[in-house]
Amino acid sequence: MPVRRIPFAKQFSAHADSIKASLVVAVAVSLAAAFASTPAFAADNLVSAMPWWGWPLALFVVCFALGIVAVPAGVGGGVLFVPIVGGFFPFHLDFVRGGGLMVALASALAASPGLLRLGLANLRLALPLSLLVAASQIGGAMMGLVLPAAVVQTALGLIILGIVVLMWTAKKSEIPGVQKADPISAALRINGIFHDTAHGKDVEWMVNRTPVALITFVIIGVLAGMFGLGAGWANVPTLNLMMGVPLKVAAGSSSLILSMTSSAAWVYINQGAILPIIVVPSIIGMMIGARIGVRLLRVVKASAIRRMVIIMLLIAGLRALLKGLGIWA
Amino acid sequence: MNENKYASPEQLRYAKVLNLGVQVGFILLVISFILYMAGILKPLVPVSQLPKYWGLPVSEFVKVTHAPTGWSWLADIAMGDELNMLGIAVLAGVSAISTVAILPFFARRGEKAHLAISVLLVAVLILSASDILASH
Repeated sequence: MPVRRIPFAKQFSAHADSIKASLVVAVAVSLAAAFASTPAFAADNLVSAMPWWGWPLALFVVCFALGIVAVPAGVGGGVLFVPIVGGFFPFHLDFVRGGGLMVALASALAASPGLLRLGLANLRLALPLSLLVAASQIGGAMMGLVLPAAVVQTALGLIILGIVVLMWTAKKSEIPGVQKADPISAALRINGIFHDTAHGKDVEWMVNRTPVALITFVIIGVLAGMFGLGAGWANVPTLNLMMGVPLKVAAGSSSLILSMTSSAAWVYINQGAILPIIVVPSIIGMMIGARIGVRLLRVVKASAIRRMVIIMLLIAGLRALLKGLGIWA
Repeated sequence: MNENKYASPEQLRYAKVLNLGVQVGFILLVISFILYMAGILKPLVPVSQLPKYWGLPVSEFVKVTHAPTGWSWLADIAMGDELNMLGIAVLAGVSAISTVAILPFFARRGEKAHLAISVLLVAVLILSASDILASH
């Protein structure tokens, strides 16, 4: 009896679809759990009836889901964590921002050694930028901790909505191909080589517009410190589109910059704004989720996940804005 | 694939130290959190009381719970919640240690600009980790 073979592409597609469906369900369930646990959606007695251990468990589940989608969407954990946990969990924004910085830091730390070994993150590129980001983050973090929560919440909402616009409209350049390095990057020998597996060849690169990029990274540092967002959303376009770093090296070096700039996290640690019951389950959930996200990257369409994340950020950004303005308290 | 072709010796050193520190930090974090959640080590602020306070701004939280600020958690390291700060501090501090580990490479080659940038980065990280900023 002849065996009817199902074409590989069809099997692959069916497999990807089932994973995609499970992924969407997992994220929807997690977000629904988060929505249900918030005072805006649930009666006060439900919130007070929630046992203390329910919160770290809910954080773990939500961060696990966020970790899964963060990798294919090309965003760091922090930018998803702060608006979603800040908007839908009962913790004060001070603790959420502290948690966001630690989540972003831990994710970047876990990824950086491998990226450095493969030349997908560049130390010479990251060092001067990290110095500026680390210094400006301190100012941002200190400002964020003294400003009234409503002001920070409103500004956070606006920033998140700005990130939504940036993610929706920003172009990318796989290999910008800078022809001439600027004097600063030439003096600092900021250049490198990486193996582009997609094209099966080594790619050499150099950068330009370093002075403008240095100023941009100061602004990024202030925003990252103030809102506890991490800064991958801003680092990657600046490195790629402004400096001309190839996209893969820009993404890897952005992760390295995040891992090298723990100064804002230290400000939050020293102020007492890092609560282990919030931070640890979030980090563990995000790390496990990210591992699955890396595997999913091979089978799901990244653009579909990216669109879903943009919608999630849009809702969370609106929630933060309306919460800050006292409209949706 | 020859990794050295894509990464300089200082980059490989940085990656090695960072990787080690991250592993130590994560292990500490997981173990201390299990001890905390299982109630094996008594916490400074009882976990059942936390929902009353975690909605407060950090300044009020610290006032009400007498939670430590700066490095004073070291004095209470035997408490379940404060022990977690050890893993967190390792994760937050490992990049400064990794940067110190690459200083000899720049010094040997006479790369003054990168040496100065690295030293300044370590100084900024030490400043942020110190109590100086927390008390202002």
